[in-house]
Amino acid sequence: MELSGGHILVQCLKDEGVEFVFGYPGGSVLHIYDAIFHQDEVKHILVRHEQAAAHAADAYARATGKPGVVLVTSGPGATNAVTGIATAYMDSIPMVIISGQVPSPVIGSDAFQEVDTVGITRPCVKHNFLVKDVNDLAETMKKAFYVATTGRPGPVLVDVPKDITDPNIKVPYKYPKKVVMRSYNPVVTGHKGQIKRAVEMLLTAQRPIIYSGGGVILGEGHKELTELTQMLGYPITNTLMGLGGYPATDKQFVGMLGMHGTYEANMAMHESDVILAVGARFDDRVTGKLAEFCPYAKIIHIDVDPASISKTVKVDVPIVGEVKPVLEQMIELIKDSKIKPSKTSLESWWQLIQSWRDVHCLEYDRNSKVIKPQYVVEQLYQVTHGEAYVTSDVGQHQMYAAQYYHFDKPRRWINSGGLGTMGFGLPAAIGVKLAFPEANVACITGEASIQMCIQELSTALQYNAPVKIINLNNRYMGMVRQWQEFSYESRYSQSYMDTIPDFVKLAEAYGHVGMLIEKPEDVRGALEHAFALKDRTVFLDFITDRTENVYPMIEAGKGHHDMKLRVAPGTPVDRELS
Amino acid sequence: MRHIISILIENEAGALSRVAGLFSARGYNIESLTVAPTEDPSLSRMTLVTSGSDEIIEQITKQLNKLIDVVKLIDLAESAHIERELMLVKIKTSHDTREEVKRMVDIFRGKIIDVTANSYVVEMTGQSSKLDAFIHGFEEGSIIEVVRSGPTGISRGEKGLHL
Repeated sequence: MELSGGHILVQCLKDEGVEFVFGYPGGSVLHIYDAIFHQDEVKHILVRHEQAAAHAADAYARATGKPGVVLVTSGPGATNAVTGIATAYMDSIPMVIISGQVPSPVIGSDAFQEVDTVGITRPCVKHNFLVKDVNDLAETMKKAFYVATTGRPGPVLVDVPKDITDPNIKVPYKYPKKVVMRSYNPVVTGHKGQIKRAVEMLLTAQRPIIYSGGGVILGEGHKELTELTQMLGYPITNTLMGLGGYPATDKQFVGMLGMHGTYEANMAMHESDVILAVGARFDDRVTGKLAEFCPYAKIIHIDVDPASISKTVKVDVPIVGEVKPVLEQMIELIKDSKIKPSKTSLESWWQLIQSWRDVHCLEYDRNSKVIKPQYVVEQLYQVTHGEAYVTSDVGQHQMYAAQYYHFDKPRRWINSGGLGTMGFGLPAAIGVKLAFPEANVACITGEASIQMCIQELSTALQYNAPVKIINLNNRYMGMVRQWQEFSYESRYSQSYMDTIPDFVKLAEAYGHVGMLIEKPEDVRGALEHAFALKDRTVFLDFITDRTENVYPMIEAGKGHHDMKLRVAPGTPVDRELS
Repeated sequence: MRHIISILIENEAGALSRVAGLFSARGYNIESLTVAPTEDPSLSRMTLVTSGSDEIIEQITKQLNKLIDVVKLIDLAESAHIERELMLVKIKTSHDTREEVKRMVDIFRGKIIDVTANSYVVEMTGQSSKLDAFIHGFEEGSIIEVVRSGPTGISRGEKGLHL
């Protein structure tokens, strides 16, 4: 079969089983768009800004586990997509971005809409390619999908000069079944000896804790993680990216850890003697002050990326490998082991954890006359029976979502954890809704974040992707205001927007339903009504308490045991543990 | 501590900037970097001199290995190895100093490869410290120009860095 470059690209996507391409046309990609026009197998979703194309594809990947695909033009098309590419890179999301480039002969001449896309994206992609010959196009696409989806996943960009997709130049097409790259061989199975050492260390622990991250979700290891945790009876905490990797409603779950983690999770980490870290990367928002991080613990770390191991925290037993097979091996070894976890130490460990739980660190004023943001998330959890896909933007609302929506399943919590990209939530919700048209999809956001990609309300209408926007409107950039309150003597520099649009009218202008909710007693009814409107996008503008802060909080530069709480701890903690 | 990292990398456009970009993005230090194609034209060999604590060097090698274009690498400092650097020096000469300069070049086993009435160009290879010592043997102002390649290295014994 002889095809032009444009048709080759589209055929590659078909052969990869790609369902959706999120993109925006422009001069350098017109040949490709013409090839898209001639078929309807691969559906193109026309966004309103390239950043949103990347976020929607990224969220599609997070929710389905399949790589997201983006198509943008050269120059501004590519630069607009960079924020979305960097977002996916920081959270290790498999994504393939096809960017148009000016024709090969004029590269380097400052041509119209020319930018060095490969150079600009190099630090925020797993790998990128510039296609120099149409005969290499199919193999390059195969390599892109292969690199994006294997090992530690990540975005891969393919930059395609316009002459490569010239409809008049046809070459034989064959999509390679597999590619071998001598320079890229990701590790799958872990080192047996290390796994054995890890199991012994785990089984002889006195105050163990399991700390798992986004790698469990990306590596489809949630079943094995749950089995292992329940076999051992140990407490488990998840990172922001790891929520849903272990059922949040289970009694062994002590909540999220880190800067806005629960008191019990952070205290248990601090006092633990053995930590099993699974697919987590000891990020600064998790560890707090490194010098005070888990002073009594020996650490076992399972990660597919060797560079994540001992990057910030030195670990005692490193295991490089995919989470799922390594956990499977650990489960087998635990089953066969003669050593059993000590019941008495585990009992006193759980008693101590209970004393921390008794602090009730997530309590808030339930008799408030104004809407508390936490209350909205709790009600959303109830109305959707904990089964919704929840996307979020970045700020206080993101933390409330993580704290009060209890994710029992993986891939339900979709947020920008690493890069912290405001504007992520709405395009992400659209990407998820397209993947799962029957599911409830909620975007928890704030009035500042939502305005960063508000134009995508239009995309939601065009592609019939009815999502529910839960806008926690406190008339401030809440997280910025919170930091200014704590660290800058309440000098609220530029964290207040004097003009905020009428979101009800705005939603209506885009052809959706808008609702304004101002009283706590109206919250439940509004949510029920909104989710009953199955085929409509509903913008719920909740006017929430302007002064509410996210607690607990470990302020920058402090340790896990040094948390700011809403309620002072009731139980004195025995500090003489080790 | 100083480390010499020897890298086999795909000989592709942009491969060098991936390595250089990694070092600048992560704040690692590069003392020198040399690169040229190998006997297999699809591969380049890069020798990179850097310094840092053991933890930093471990991260550097892990991050380099993560680059898709990097095929293989070793830290030469971990075992017995030979390192050499090439230097070309242009030295001012006069009727009175020519003999003395020539003697110096002979002591350091260099070669004079260009001569004019008022200058020599000297070619010299060796360990970086030897090249430093040669330069320090001259009075200030007598050296017109110094060009150094940065060190390259190879491990001792029959084992080698190849595919």
